[in-house]
Amino acid sequence: MTQFQTDPAPSRATTGATLLEVEDLHVEFRQRSGVVSAVNGISYSLAEGETLAILGESGSGKSVSAQAIMGILDVPPAVVSGAIRFEGRDMLAMSAEDQRQVRGPGISMIFQDALSSLNPVYSVGWQIGEMFRVHQGASRKEAKRKAVELMDRVRIPAAAKRVDDYPHQFSGGMRQRVMIAMAIALDPRILIADEPTTALDVTVQAQVMDLLKDLQRETGMGLILITHDLGVVNEVADNVAVMYAGRIVERGTVDDVFTDAGHPYTEGLMNSVPQVEAKGGRLQPIVGQPPNLAAIPSGCPFHPRCARRRLGAEAAPGRECSIDVPPLRLVASGREAACHYSEEVLGVRAV
Amino acid sequence: MGRYVARRLLLTIPVMLGASILIFSVVYALPGDPIRALAGDRPVSPAVVQVLTERFHLDDPLWMQYWEYLKGLFQGDLGTDFRGRPVLDTIERTLPVTIRLTIVAVIFEIVIGLTAGVLAGIRRNSYFDNLVLVSTTVVVAIPILVLAFLAQLLFGLKLGWFPIAGTREGWYGYVLPGLVLASGSLAYVARLTRTSIAENLRADYVRTAKAKGLPPRRIIVQHTLRNSLIPVVTFIGADIGALLGGAIVTETVFNLPGIGREVFDAIRAQEGAVVVGIVTLMVFFFIFFNLVVDVLYAVLDPRIRYD
Repeated sequence: MTQFQTDPAPSRATTGATLLEVEDLHVEFRQRSGVVSAVNGISYSLAEGETLAILGESGSGKSVSAQAIMGILDVPPAVVSGAIRFEGRDMLAMSAEDQRQVRGPGISMIFQDALSSLNPVYSVGWQIGEMFRVHQGASRKEAKRKAVELMDRVRIPAAAKRVDDYPHQFSGGMRQRVMIAMAIALDPRILIADEPTTALDVTVQAQVMDLLKDLQRETGMGLILITHDLGVVNEVADNVAVMYAGRIVERGTVDDVFTDAGHPYTEGLMNSVPQVEAKGGRLQPIVGQPPNLAAIPSGCPFHPRCARRRLGAEAAPGRECSIDVPPLRLVASGREAACHYSEEVLGVRAV
Repeated sequence: MGRYVARRLLLTIPVMLGASILIFSVVYALPGDPIRALAGDRPVSPAVVQVLTERFHLDDPLWMQYWEYLKGLFQGDLGTDFRGRPVLDTIERTLPVTIRLTIVAVIFEIVIGLTAGVLAGIRRNSYFDNLVLVSTTVVVAIPILVLAFLAQLLFGLKLGWFPIAGTREGWYGYVLPGLVLASGSLAYVARLTRTSIAENLRADYVRTAKAKGLPPRRIIVQHTLRNSLIPVVTFIGADIGALLGGAIVTETVFNLPGIGREVFDAIRAQEGAVVVGIVTLMVFFFIFFNLVVDVLYAVLDPRIRYD
């Protein structure tokens, strides 16, 4: 597949054809109280076999951007602009029907809470088999047989016996496996996992992540992992994009970003994680609150919470944190960060 | 499930016994003399009064009267009214009218109420949605008596589309009273369906259905409707039980000889046996349809299991 490689970005840890390119994606929700800007111009690409983690706290726009890519953002009415190219075709320019046909065989998605994300009134086999009936016109019997195969593949014990059970009869981990089975049914090129393990306990989390990685190795699909869990990112992702207030503030390989952050926000996230070596020490939280998306601060959106901000005379000309929006720029080999003073952040070892 | 249904059916026996005791005592406690009421203005000879009093055990204490009634009940005899007509015959004569009225009313509830609710729920805040909201509010606000007369005036007299009273024209004669009787429940069904659909459209599993690349029609029909209909089916089921209890106003205004009107007349004439027989039957319908709803609920929602 390497012959298709067109975009050998330095940050890429894996090689493969580019599957998805997101360019200057904006998502706005027009509400009576005003316009909420959930995603403000993010760009990234995803290659075959790559795992890209999108890291951020609640309200950073990570889930919304993923749902925009899936094209499933219609309640409440959202305005999506920019370009989302799947295998070269712009999804936003496609008809609704063409877009629908990409969902499932092209891109598919799993959600955080499998219990509420599965329909309570249909058996899991029916819900998995629906993918084959709708997209491939399979018969009920055929769809059920394939559903059992998939349940086997995601390691649900006694799949043949449990195919007619309902979602509420499964444990949390097994339910998430059912979601995964449904999402990979048609061998999608891209799987978006929106906080797939947040609702699960730690041992089950590890099993589910292992399963996702194994499936990725088998099929070569690209995986977009949306999470706020730094541990999960560290273990499974190749590249990471850190989001804040609807923007990507830092991007690079997981190894680079985790050893040496290039943005004060990323640095703050790393410092807020408990560490075995620093036992007994106090955690350093990021002060303040995430910004209100209806009134994002001027300049760098992180500046009101930033310990390294430079205002007035301290700031270099054209790089005042409260006025000038820092662009996402290359700050070191394979590293991008959106901070005027990124070079000062880099090289400072995490506490 | 089978055991649950059997247990529930067995439970109806004590409930019906209790209900009949209650109804019996209330009828017994009514002021006035039923024999005088029967005779009206004409003088009655003391001998006749005595014969009737003895035949209907009117001088016996309450518990003995009830015991006589129960003894008859177990032989399939619901007693007779003061004119000597068996209560069973009265029920056989009036119940079909009420059943037909109920069927027509429920069809209106389902066809109009459900359709309006589904469309309004899918297109929330549209012109049609607002129309449904306003019209259901108006219908609920108007007393059924006024609605009945308005319907007779408009569709019966002015437009001449439907007969305004009686059962001589068969099912056709039930259309207008059925619509009037259904109006309140119909409005409620429409609103319940609308809210339920609108709520379910925001559910996580509908988002999943979209992410699966299902066609919009399938998302609505398979993944929204079935879940949304659970509360509606519950309501309609319970409503059938209530409608079978007869609608005194509708049956009177449209001159339909159903059990609602019959029981109303029986209360006025202090026909104890008729009142007890019919009201106990109403209680049975109510209990029975509640059971049907509970069973349906489990069929529609696999999370409900009764064993």
